[in-house]
Amino acid sequence: MIRFESVTKRYPDGTTAVDDLSLEVPRGGITVFVGPSGCGKTTSLRMINRMVEPTEGRILINDEDVADRKPARLRRSIGYVIQHAGLFPHRTVLANVMTVPTLIGWDKGRARTAAMEAIEKVGLTADQASRYPAQLSGGQQQRVGVARALASDPEVVLMDEPFSAVDPLVRTDLQNEVRRLQRELGITVVLVTHDIDEAISLGDHVAVMRQGGHLAQLASPGELLTEPADDFVASFVGKDRGYRKLGFTETQVEADPERTVSLGEDVPAGRGWVLVADEQEQPLGWVDRQGSGGPVQEEELHRMGSLAEVGDSARVFLDAALSAPSGRGVVVQDGRVVGTVTPERVLEAIRAQGGSDG
Amino acid sequence: MISLTWQWLVDPATWTGPGGIISQSITHLRISLVALLLAALVAVPVGLFIGHTGRGRWLAINLAGAFRAIPSLGVLFVATLLLLPRLSGNLAFELPVVLVLVLLAVPPVLSGTYAGVEAVDPAARDAARGVGMTEAQILWQVELPAALPLLLSGLRSAMLQIIATATIAAIVGIGGLGRYLIDGQASRQYEVMAGGAIVVALLALLVDLVMAGLQRLVVSPGLVVAKEH
Amino acid sequence: MIGGVAWSTVGDLLLRHIYLAGVPLLLGLLISLPLGWLATRYRWLAPPMIAGTGLLYTIPSLALFILLPLLLGTRVLDDANVLVAMTLYSVALLTRTVADGLGSVPGATRQAATAMGYGELRRTFVVDLPLAVPVITAGLRVAAVSNVSIVSVAALIGVSQLGQLFTEGFNRNDMGPIFVGIGACVVLALVLDAGIALLSRVLTPWLRAGVAR
Repeated sequence: MIRFESVTKRYPDGTTAVDDLSLEVPRGGITVFVGPSGCGKTTSLRMINRMVEPTEGRILINDEDVADRKPARLRRSIGYVIQHAGLFPHRTVLANVMTVPTLIGWDKGRARTAAMEAIEKVGLTADQASRYPAQLSGGQQQRVGVARALASDPEVVLMDEPFSAVDPLVRTDLQNEVRRLQRELGITVVLVTHDIDEAISLGDHVAVMRQGGHLAQLASPGELLTEPADDFVASFVGKDRGYRKLGFTETQVEADPERTVSLGEDVPAGRGWVLVADEQEQPLGWVDRQGSGGPVQEEELHRMGSLAEVGDSARVFLDAALSAPSGRGVVVQDGRVVGTVTPERVLEAIRAQGGSDG
Repeated sequence: MISLTWQWLVDPATWTGPGGIISQSITHLRISLVALLLAALVAVPVGLFIGHTGRGRWLAINLAGAFRAIPSLGVLFVATLLLLPRLSGNLAFELPVVLVLVLLAVPPVLSGTYAGVEAVDPAARDAARGVGMTEAQILWQVELPAALPLLLSGLRSAMLQIIATATIAAIVGIGGLGRYLIDGQASRQYEVMAGGAIVVALLALLVDLVMAGLQRLVVSPGLVVAKEH
Repeated sequence: MIGGVAWSTVGDLLLRHIYLAGVPLLLGLLISLPLGWLATRYRWLAPPMIAGTGLLYTIPSLALFILLPLLLGTRVLDDANVLVAMTLYSVALLTRTVADGLGSVPGATRQAATAMGYGELRRTFVVDLPLAVPVITAGLRVAAVSNVSIVSVAALIGVSQLGQLFTEGFNRNDMGPIFVGIGACVVLALVLDAGIALLSRVLTPWLRAGVAR
């Protein structure tokens, strides 16, 4: 869909930002450019909509050289999201989102409808549409930034460190939102980040770049973790890549049956950790029945560990097992308990898959 | 003394007629507005250019600083001595004055304009370019509206200087409220000087308030909120 | 002689000019420091205080020179009128500057000083004020330069200083004294400006220290 052909960017002062980059961003999905600062990832992104002009080589979108199109026209056809959102402070949220529809000449009514749709898509309300950017939180501003990029239904959306300036909780929300929007709209997203975790959790394809503007590896996140192309990629991907790789391993872990009890039920001493659930078999917590017995009180419930849903990755299963006070991770399906797994059971399943390292 | 001044101020004859306060106020405002308009015509485009391109910034800063050091009374006299013999009629008195007033007003308007454009969030400018605005669209739709608060502050402080200097300019013979201050002194009538001084102070205050109100009207509420946060 | 004016006359007028522009600058700073401090200490005070002092600035200088005798009971030719007027203008410019300067002190620095046990007054003098020096001196430079220009207007009400050269030259239809006056004013303004800039540099050695690596 987007093809870089031997693209090089050299600045007049002699620094090479991007060196002979050739790669193809497939249609649909999220392609992430990731790497340390100075690796040319942002320059590469900005060459797609001609915010930066390449020194050599060419970039094609749908087999059409971007250099043949007028920069302003080209940019109007491509969504653009940046780190601090870059909203226009003197315009309302609605007017901000109407920017591109207005630029491409849609009449006011159509532009307005499209903008309102985009605002709803990113999870903002009609009430928020009439406010000014300064009246919104950082996370909400970034949502407006995304809405502005989507308002004219572009095929391609470029995102430059879109989540770096917001706090971690909001960041996770926004990441999920972008993932959902991409799936829903079938758009092609090219995203730049310096955060390898973000790249791996968000990307369908990840291009790891190294200082001086070289492409080190372009692969799926799972492949990157199991088969890093060289030492640079291996070290950049990080120390826990063996563990993180489990996040991309779909493992058939058989849950052991677990007998649940309900609140108020009399449980004799010596039973050890017992899982408590309500009438719908939704897990409530663990209770310790080793030393003393008696009816289960709500106050004695221990907080549950994380839950694993049937079909989740090995990483989720292992985490559920390790975080449960009983050492048995709770596995659910549609919210109901189907059983529990021990860490040993998860590791067995991983080993059976033949996959501790490829 | 205070009662004499009061008497002069409340005397209807002081206000009406060709040399009355009303007609002198109109002259004062006319000269001031013409000077402000001419200064804005020069300074706003140049300021926008400097702010948008970043070129000539150094020159603008130093020029503004040097201009502030030049005493306006001295320049007023030089301009009058130079131009008065070469001109005739009413223009002979007003043209040198307006010229000096424009010269005086250009630096604050210029620095207000380029400071306003420079203060525009770089992310907003980058986004404007990124969504496909042309350079002209960026200037008109993003930079100018966002620069308005500082631009208008520049116009306001320029207007205050113009009104003050136009008062002084009565010494070279032009009309306006300064006449009372200068003529009162010549005829040793302190109540006329004091009364005129009160009126010109009130006029300056009123103009500043009107411009502050105008500023409220034309600046986007989004920018006011942004400043408060 | 220069431009038809005796050097000694220029010297005398220059000294008068320095006195009439400089003393109010210092007085203005002394008054603005507590006012600016109040405006930062009590946030609600800031808008009315800055608007109020700003209002002083809207009064045209000649009008203020003439009105002060009415309010102070002084004679029209009295130096006091010019000194008070220039002090008012200096306060109008500097209150805002002092408030901005004190407001520019990083909150973390302020809190660290308080946490270590500085009392409020002591912290203001030992921590806040030194850190506000660059902003305050920047405002002081603007006030100094504009004072020099405004004082010359007082020649119209007969208070002698460099502005007297303007009126004399104009009345005699002779540009010589006017140019001498303009030149002396500009030089004085630039010297004051450079002097305050130098003072600011001396007072803030930490700003010159290179960035640590």
